[in-house]
Amino acid sequence: MPDKTKWKGLQCPIPLSKYPKIVMAHGSGGRLTRDLIQHMFQPVLNNPFLAQKHDGALLDNPKTKIVMTTDSHVVRPLFFPGGDIGKLSVFGTVNDLAMCGATPRWLSLSLIMEEGLGMEILWNVIQSIGEAAEESNVNIVTGDTKVIDRKGEGELLINTTGVGTLDHDQSIGPREIRSGDKIILSGDIGRHGIAVLSSREGLSFETEILSDCNALHRIVLDLLDNDIPIHCMRDCTRGGMATALVELAEESGKHFEIREEVVPVDPTVYGACELFGLDPFYMPNEGRFVLFVPESGAEQALKLIRTNNKENPACIIGHVDETPEKSVTAVNAFGGRRRLDLLTGDQLPRIC
Amino acid sequence: MKYISEFREAGHVQKILDAIHRITNHDWRIMEICGGQTHAILKYGLQELLPEKITLLHGPGCPVCVTPLVMIEKAIRLASRPEVTFCSFGDMLRVPGKDRDLLSVKAEGRDIRMVYSPMDAVQIARDNPGREVVFFAIGFETTAPAVAMAVHQAKESRMTNFSMLVAHVLVPPAIKAILSSKQSKIDGFLAAGHVCTVMGVQEYNPIAKKYQIPIIVTGFEPLDLVQGVYLCIRQLEEGRAEVENQYLRSVRIEGNLPAREWMQKVFRVVDRQWRGIGTIPNSGLGLNDAYLIFDAEHKFHLSGEEVAEPEICISGQILQGLQKPDACPAFGKACTPESPLGATMVSSEGACAAYYKYRRSHAG
Repeated sequence: MPDKTKWKGLQCPIPLSKYPKIVMAHGSGGRLTRDLIQHMFQPVLNNPFLAQKHDGALLDNPKTKIVMTTDSHVVRPLFFPGGDIGKLSVFGTVNDLAMCGATPRWLSLSLIMEEGLGMEILWNVIQSIGEAAEESNVNIVTGDTKVIDRKGEGELLINTTGVGTLDHDQSIGPREIRSGDKIILSGDIGRHGIAVLSSREGLSFETEILSDCNALHRIVLDLLDNDIPIHCMRDCTRGGMATALVELAEESGKHFEIREEVVPVDPTVYGACELFGLDPFYMPNEGRFVLFVPESGAEQALKLIRTNNKENPACIIGHVDETPEKSVTAVNAFGGRRRLDLLTGDQLPRIC
Repeated sequence: MKYISEFREAGHVQKILDAIHRITNHDWRIMEICGGQTHAILKYGLQELLPEKITLLHGPGCPVCVTPLVMIEKAIRLASRPEVTFCSFGDMLRVPGKDRDLLSVKAEGRDIRMVYSPMDAVQIARDNPGREVVFFAIGFETTAPAVAMAVHQAKESRMTNFSMLVAHVLVPPAIKAILSSKQSKIDGFLAAGHVCTVMGVQEYNPIAKKYQIPIIVTGFEPLDLVQGVYLCIRQLEEGRAEVENQYLRSVRIEGNLPAREWMQKVFRVVDRQWRGIGTIPNSGLGLNDAYLIFDAEHKFHLSGEEVAEPEICISGQILQGLQKPDACPAFGKACTPESPLGATMVSSEGACAAYYKYRRSHAG
């Protein structure tokens, strides 16, 4: 586990009295940019690759297949219950690598800051990135900083690109999904969406809902180490569980049947969704995934995932059947059936 | 979750479904008024669980669907003005006008905000005295009291930078209009529980009597809906035509009196155009003379320009229960939620959108 107290009590290394906010010159490539890199980024994110101080990072050739992915992160507010944009930008990319069955190794970090962004805010985000990288066992090996003209309230956008290594021979992906596969959901859904929504709108509920923002690679590597025959995985991020399933149904050419009443949703998340007229199946998550395994491996996979996340138990939510349709059907407790579909845009709260 | 999970409990729903199967001897056509009910019926797959003799028809109770194109064009024109901050409920932002929707206007750099309550819009006006803040007031009797409170608050605070584009509509006149049509084939109604929570049930008695039709005030959960259908079928099979209240946990006979008082204080009843149906006399609410300075149409001198609906679209017939969405030749082909031809495909509560979302077969 990372040492969470490592940077505790450390002051923001950029003298706040001089630059309490990001100015255009922080992106000029000159002295102020160098100050940010030397005094803020390097001490927190330090590793031998970054220490090369070159235009790019020289990586060791792993002699295995490698997986590469990229993700840009935009979230308002930058800090929300259970996470922040820094954590999100590391875990998001780490999780995409994990879903391919890869061991996450190296990340690039690209910051686009709006003029006026608070220096203290940036410092907190960088520390959070450092912690998340350590927790995920990845190195930030190269980076970039740009500042754009102020248009809003000092936005911060982060792009991370990740490279991971494939250290096994299993073929994992939508095309490997087979009829008869069990579909496992790794925990309860909707937490991230409600955490962000409630902090953006200034709403509070009886119990505070924390984002599920978390790294998934450990669970996945654990499954692989135990020879679980994984056919496919996908994290349920934007668009939620339903969108992940519908995409996989289309990509695999298969039909999935889901039992609605077994999909775990925290009562507070459920209540908040009811209040806004939102469907928890479509609420964003940042630490949940669906897993497709043959029936023979399902129980053991379930057990392993549950050991990794005891608080939010994983469960089998459905299966892949022989129906000749590329779609997902949700069956409710009284036998009613509905088709899950992609949303046209974002979910919008209802009027009455 | 209390008051929700009990009403989604499979055992209870099944018991009532069994009872419906037992008592149904004839063919009956029942219309649920509210788009929220339509949505729940399709989401829970309730139509398929009812006897084949019962057909559910989907009514005009979707505020987004019935807001006429001319009003949406006015909203787009207002929102396009550089001095205006335009506030709307989220669902309205995606509704296309003649050639674009409010989200596209936002993308062009105009200040358009999604709000959860009209009070939020008043607050935005208070915080931004240099901006003209306009709230798009749409909806049925459910949202009208909060809108009335908001405009009253603006008046009390002597705000001069707040106004409303009002397109409020009323349910009973629409029911009467549908029943007066010669083509009407409706045997019973499920009235909207939340509308009656505000307005009470009394105004439905003369309708049930005049048109000899049962009206069941019904809630929105699966158990509410099957119970509403059960009460309706029981009346029909017994030859009765009365107003009955299924949504007892929320609806009082007289409704919510303070809410009704606020509505009376701020609004007057006006003729209103319904998208796909046409103008229905006395079917809408507009601000009365005491609040006229908060009327955006008045303040910005907006005039209406008629905008024609695509000819192929049958949404008017769907809203009156004369056709089902999948009977439309454009359904799922030329008309989808991404490129809707008519009102009912636009809103998530619209009947066509609900059919598209839950019922479309892959081939369709």
